[in-house]
Amino acid sequence: MTANALGTIDGPRTERIPAVAPPARRSSSARRVGRVGLYVLVAGWMIATIGPYLVMLLTSFTPNQDLVANGMSKLPSALSVQGYVELFTTTPFLAYMRNSLLAALGTVVLSLIVASAAAISLSRFRFRGRGALLTVLLIAQLFPAVLLVIPLSTMLKGAGLLDTTAGLILVYTTFATPFATYLLKGFLDGLPPELDEAATVDGCTKFQMVRHILFPLLRPGLTAAGTYIFIFSWNEFLYALTFTSSTKSQTIPIGLQLFIGDYQIRWDLLTAGGVIAAVPVLLGFMLVQKQLIGGLAAGAVKG
Amino acid sequence: MTTTVAGGRGGARRRFDPTILLFVSPTLILLLVFVAYPFLRAIWLSLTKTTLLGGTVGFLGFDNFVALFQDPQFGAFVGNSVFWTVGGVSLQLIFGVIGALLLNQKFRLRGTVRGLAMIPWATPSVLVALIWLWLLDPNRGLVNTVLEHLGIMTHPVAWLSDAHTALPTLIVIDAWQGIPFFAVMVLAALQAVPEELKESARTDGCGPLGVFRHVVVPSILPTVLITLVLRLIWTANYIDLAYVLTGGGPGIASTTIPLQSYLTAYKQGQLGSGAAYAVVQAIVLAILVAIYLRLTQTKGVKR
Repeated sequence: MTANALGTIDGPRTERIPAVAPPARRSSSARRVGRVGLYVLVAGWMIATIGPYLVMLLTSFTPNQDLVANGMSKLPSALSVQGYVELFTTTPFLAYMRNSLLAALGTVVLSLIVASAAAISLSRFRFRGRGALLTVLLIAQLFPAVLLVIPLSTMLKGAGLLDTTAGLILVYTTFATPFATYLLKGFLDGLPPELDEAATVDGCTKFQMVRHILFPLLRPGLTAAGTYIFIFSWNEFLYALTFTSSTKSQTIPIGLQLFIGDYQIRWDLLTAGGVIAAVPVLLGFMLVQKQLIGGLAAGAVKG
Repeated sequence: MTTTVAGGRGGARRRFDPTILLFVSPTLILLLVFVAYPFLRAIWLSLTKTTLLGGTVGFLGFDNFVALFQDPQFGAFVGNSVFWTVGGVSLQLIFGVIGALLLNQKFRLRGTVRGLAMIPWATPSVLVALIWLWLLDPNRGLVNTVLEHLGIMTHPVAWLSDAHTALPTLIVIDAWQGIPFFAVMVLAALQAVPEELKESARTDGCGPLGVFRHVVVPSILPTVLITLVLRLIWTANYIDLAYVLTGGGPGIASTTIPLQSYLTAYKQGQLGSGAAYAVVQAIVLAILVAIYLRLTQTKGVKR
């Protein structure tokens, strides 16, 4: 139920059985060639997609002298964690990690509260300006970041929020909320309205209905939306680049970008930072990928 | 979409309702403070002489825009922007649709492949830049090494620092990162094609190609169009890769309008003229946004 509400990528399996029945005209050898071709294409795609990550992972464990001498043309002579050790002992990477984590988690909490309230209103209540709000949420996602970044930086400066995690959280919450709202609204639209109707008949107020009926049912949707918000905040570059200027608030993407300028001769260290930057988002993504992908598709298309 | 609980009780809902106001006000406040106000302020800034250090020192009217259009490099910025956006999105469209058709076939480990294929979407842009900077390293990078071993190239190519290859290389990296999203959107549409339609087309004597042309293509076309416009908007605004990998160079070989906006504002400290570039960008994109809204809204009515 919950998965279908978000429209999972796999869809209901039963519906697709007729599609497998091959047209009688095709000979079995032609089909076998087709199967082989299919697997070759899929394998090629996977190599092109995953290969670069594996190269990064391997590079991060390769001794630097190997990299200087051979690049990646030969397999490493030994495995080394020197890149990781130096990353944590000679660079402020731990501070970047702390800042990234705080900014992302803060945004997840704040944005989930804001987005679920909006999503519940949009899905369950009819009110004046509802259609307009839906359109505004859609447009807000399409604003060029470069247009807003300049005035936002002067505003944050005026409020004393430049180079603070709180400033980043506020901006991230604004830009993560519209899509998170669509994701949650899509999820709620798939939950049977009879539930809250019954609650209202039983004399619940709107607030009680939301608290006791909708919120518990919404939990899987909140996981997907929360993961989306986390990925968005963890990965964000342009606003962090502009609004942060010290290890007090600089996030991992900014740290990596600074490293690219400073450590181009130390690819073991650079890729070690890259691996650490990738792990949380890729893990989170793989955990909720089905709901997230389904929601992504539905949110962007339905409007 | 309007068949939720609230659908049948329009009359009572039109009254002022404090609960609903409470629920939507956080979103409204965020959007007003961090989107609407900065938007207006960006337009105002573009009409002033404002510097990073000195603040606003005077009202210029349209002088920033006149200077921008008279800049002999402006034509190159426009050309780069068009090449970047159209080039990147065309690759995403072609390979995204092919990828979606692949992912819609039946094969072993399909669920895993679908998840893995989406990984570049969840990866921080700076990390994508870092991975490819290493793969494309002129002397030690895997790409040059492999191409030389295969005899395709006789000497190493400095992909990102040669004026002829810099922008095309960025476009390919952007496509690598953007194809998964396109594929997943189209895949969702493919799965929504009603099986009965395909069946009846087959009964009417359509071969596999006929079914594809007369049933599948028309049903996925709206999604493909919406995704296309969405990707055009995002790619046009996307400057992370160029900022990190080439800084717009060599010279201005990979400088797009939004990148020039950012560089003018934060490298040259000219916030006013930077904002003017961003306003030009926003005006052009407004057309695409209007198309997107139209497409999503007409689709919504049909459902």
